[in-house]
Amino acid sequence: MVAIAVAGITTPLTFPLFPGFRRSSRSSQLRMSQKAGHGVITGKFELRPPPYPLDALEPHMSRSTFEYHWGKHHRAYVDNLNKQIAGTELTGKTLEDVIVATYNSGNLLPPFNNAAQVWNHDFFWESMKPGGGGKPSGEILDLINRDFGSFEEFAKEFKTAAATQFGSGWAWLVYKDKDKKLAVVQSPNAVNPLVLDQVPLLTVDVWEHAYYLDYQNRRPDYISIFMENLVSWDSVSSRLESAKAGAA
Amino acid sequence: MAIRNLLTRKTLATSPLGMLGFRSLKTFSLPDLPYDYGALEPAISGEIMQLHHQKHHQTYITNYNKALEQLDDAMSKGDASTVVKLQSAIKFNGGGHVNHSIFWKNLAPIREGGGEPPKGSLGWAIDNNFGSLETLIQKMNAEGAALQGSGWVWLGVDKELKHLVVESTGNQDPLVTKGPSLIPLLGIDVWEHAYYLQYKNVKPDYLKNIWKVMNWKYASDVYDKECPES
Repeated sequence: MVAIAVAGITTPLTFPLFPGFRRSSRSSQLRMSQKAGHGVITGKFELRPPPYPLDALEPHMSRSTFEYHWGKHHRAYVDNLNKQIAGTELTGKTLEDVIVATYNSGNLLPPFNNAAQVWNHDFFWESMKPGGGGKPSGEILDLINRDFGSFEEFAKEFKTAAATQFGSGWAWLVYKDKDKKLAVVQSPNAVNPLVLDQVPLLTVDVWEHAYYLDYQNRRPDYISIFMENLVSWDSVSSRLESAKAGAA
Repeated sequence: MAIRNLLTRKTLATSPLGMLGFRSLKTFSLPDLPYDYGALEPAISGEIMQLHHQKHHQTYITNYNKALEQLDDAMSKGDASTVVKLQSAIKFNGGGHVNHSIFWKNLAPIREGGGEPPKGSLGWAIDNNFGSLETLIQKMNAEGAALQGSGWVWLGVDKELKHLVVESTGNQDPLVTKGPSLIPLLGIDVWEHAYYLQYKNVKPDYLKNIWKVMNWKYASDVYDKECPES
């Protein structure tokens, strides 16, 4: 536990499964910093780097975009969240618990935006990989075929959800625990499927800052290139396994 | 006015033209900017102005027209659920058209008076309502910086109560969604597309600089019309 909690690891992870942590492939508890040698949880969240170098997704997502998107936007969400929760009962909670608590059944409390965006961006970096995209295989493909009819139908629905999310937001592939089915959902601003009690498997960020430097207003182009070249189906598959293990 | 349009429609419906299904639906086209794309530099880059006008505003208009045609069709068929379903597309895209049309008029090159503080009755009203112009600007910039996601910050006038307000709206909601008697005087677009290529994540710098090209003359004209001096 201590070894993995050290911040700054940049080697690509193969996502070992932690039973019980079904909502994220990397436990959010690992995000709390631990003062070396003291084992004290300081209650401060840290900015985790993407699991690949900042230029690894070129030319589809530029290094420049990562320098701003991760280096400025994501960093600011982390810093501002820490400032907001300092001295409150939210410190010491996991990130996911902070998100649910501040979602407050839809009556959003001030730290929600930062907390959810910290989580969303971690999840987004991990949803991509160099040489990604294309069609998956194995169980995830079986479920996609079962629940959408075909991979092409899923891709169309996912791209439509991403293109039609008005303003800022996200599009998701989720696993609905209740009926054990996959679904595509879209969400505005910082909202994510955790608060809807669904298990996120894949996301694409459609806030303008995610694509404006590389694609300007051409959001549909960005989404197509994401699907063709960036999606980490490995991540999606291991999140699905985690979800099903957690549900058992 | 409404009765006249109804009669016109009925006449059309029974006239030869009406038989062919021609409707009196008004659609919209992109208004010209009253200045060149580069005229607001260095406050707002020509690259942003061109994309913002030719791509973003144009897309709102295209989609608004499409939604209006679908609405017209649904209304004439009495298809109530489609009429209701189209409301969000109309608000998004119609709002986008309304808001951006105001925005282009809110801005002016410095050599054409952009940035010149308001005089006359609007200047007085600002001092009365907010204490000073600086205070108003600080208030609007704070609201703009704090707005999460996409939206607008407005200086408006309540035409019933005759006082000024600062409000923000999300996405492309026009100011009137915050109060039926609110009239927009100035709007600041804080969607990321309005500043990202130039200011990146530093929204506060955009908010600081936009005042250098603010067209207070337009705001004063609207204010004088809504609150004429007795």
